[in-house]
Amino acid sequence: MTTSAAVEITGITKRFDQVIAVDTMDLTIADGEFFALLGPSGCGKTTTLRMIAGLEFPTAGSLRIFGEEVGTLPPNKRPVNTVFQNYALFPHMSVVQNVAFGLKMKKVPKAEIADRVREAIGLVRLDGMESRRSSQLSGGQQQRVALARALVNRPKVLLLDEPLGALDLKLRQQMQRELKQLQREVGITFVFVTHDQEEALTISDRIGVMNEGELLQVGEPEEIYEHPANRFVANFIGQTNLLDGTVESADTVCLANGARIHAESDHSPGTRVAVSLRPERASLHAPGEAPDGMASVEGSLQQVTYLGNALVYSVGLDWMQLEVRSENRPDIARLEVGDPVTVAWRPGAGTVVTD
Amino acid sequence: MTVLEDANDGAALRADAEALVATPEFERAAARAESRRGFLLALPAYAYLVLFFALPLVIVFVYSFATRNQFGGTDLSGWNVDAYRTLGDPIVRNILLRSLWLATLTTVICLVLGYPFAYYLATRTPTVRNLMLVFVMIPFWANFLVRNYAWRVLLGRDGLVSDATELVGLGPREFLFTNTAVMIGLVYGFLPFMILPLYASIERIDGALLEASRDLYASGWQTFLKVLLPLSRPGVVAGSILVFVPSLGAYVTPEILGGAKTTLLGSYIVTQFLTARNWPVGAALSFVLMAIMGAAMIVYFRNEGRNL
Repeated sequence: MTTSAAVEITGITKRFDQVIAVDTMDLTIADGEFFALLGPSGCGKTTTLRMIAGLEFPTAGSLRIFGEEVGTLPPNKRPVNTVFQNYALFPHMSVVQNVAFGLKMKKVPKAEIADRVREAIGLVRLDGMESRRSSQLSGGQQQRVALARALVNRPKVLLLDEPLGALDLKLRQQMQRELKQLQREVGITFVFVTHDQEEALTISDRIGVMNEGELLQVGEPEEIYEHPANRFVANFIGQTNLLDGTVESADTVCLANGARIHAESDHSPGTRVAVSLRPERASLHAPGEAPDGMASVEGSLQQVTYLGNALVYSVGLDWMQLEVRSENRPDIARLEVGDPVTVAWRPGAGTVVTD
Repeated sequence: MTVLEDANDGAALRADAEALVATPEFERAAARAESRRGFLLALPAYAYLVLFFALPLVIVFVYSFATRNQFGGTDLSGWNVDAYRTLGDPIVRNILLRSLWLATLTTVICLVLGYPFAYYLATRTPTVRNLMLVFVMIPFWANFLVRNYAWRVLLGRDGLVSDATELVGLGPREFLFTNTAVMIGLVYGFLPFMILPLYASIERIDGALLEASRDLYASGWQTFLKVLLPLSRPGVVAGSILVFVPSLGAYVTPEILGGAKTTLLGSYIVTQFLTARNWPVGAALSFVLMAIMGAAMIVYFRNEGRNL
């Protein structure tokens, strides 16, 4: 019995009428992990979370929480709690009543409820707000009440469904830090659903990338960013340029325009691939002046976008567009639109991905 | 000529320019004009209500303090509260209590029948929902009187209800001309008035709240008691009043389905006016009925005011 796994999903499928929301998914989430399920809307990430919560029942497959099969248990019989997307705070109850709800339902003794509720409210720093209604709280405060309401029950796994989606950018970034810190403090496994790749990279220990009901890749943020498993992951996580081509040998890819560049892969020759090149990993040079040993393509500068701390150059090749990002430093010469340029990158910077 | 005209134009222009500058006086005048327009728009409805509702009500109120003379007429001289004293009469008191009891029972039964249905309705897809709402409304397409007579056939001797009880081994049962028959008729007649406000208030509740409750270890029944019911209270109160008030004053249904021995308030008031020709007592009872309904409405609006 693998009791070290907090959540163990084996061959889970969820079908709504004819639509397959989640397709034979396997996933193991370790105890104490901050795990993010990341994907575009409609990719099945929320359905997966709802199956763990018990709000949906799987069509097929096994779902274990700390070794115990829970796939068919109703939500009130599972050792998990959820922070809902729009918080779902009970509008007819005060902050304290909201937080105490789960413990009351579990018939915890009154004195203990009072202690634990006070502790949970302190944990999310809402002291002094105890008697307010949710309509009298700001978005960030509602978010904290939802967190306290779930954490007070000491769930074995905490599920968070896009909990920061409704907050503005500054507050969201602050809450990301707080969530991360909170998770370390309480030591509970967090499963976090988001469509925001930056948020997933910032906050989680590991990320599972989903698309169209399939789990495409699971790994640490760095692994996902540096070594995307396929074209979709490369494109969804961060910005990238995808240069279509064919594998020629273990270290050469023939691009669509016939140019050969250095790129390592273990695909057999003839495989159609794309070389994923992050905009910040490429650099611009005068025509034909690419440094020795670097892969390069020729083009002309079509647009410059000013981002304050950075500049994004849009380079037109004769067969596609490339984006190159560079720091905005006074010692880097500005280029003019229309200038012919060479885009170069160190051979390791281009990652070969398949469809 | 031209010089004179020019001079006039100049003066007019200056006056216009001055008028275009905002002043508190202008603002007040505009606000007055606005409220005058509002009043004019509401005037026809005001006039109608005063003439055909408020005025007759005042007349009824005046009559409730008058005296019946020996010829069945009403003497408007010599004001007294004798008519209200008849409330202490055991016959009248029993009628009042029986009517209150029947209206309460009707309301409770409508609530128990209507709530699950309203919840079911609120959780369907829009297409199914609209179709079922039409089914709820269909009875209104037939005349209320006709529908009550239909119940007379159903509940009477050799009616469908009697046949059904015989079929299941309870023997033939005839409910016609009993309080049970009246209650069946009232529940039938007023159930839609319970379902519609309940549906409207349940439909507004965010389904995530019910999921949150289940997620926080509440069973289905606890979720109903702790989350769904408190949040749908405005609908419960509105539906209850919409059923209770007309049940209390019901006249047609008790008249058609009820027995002679179990007179209800509505019938008794009609009898006072038409048969006994005791207008003061009829008027006084009407006012007592209105006071009870008014109290119910105040409770309702109080509840609405502090809901959520």
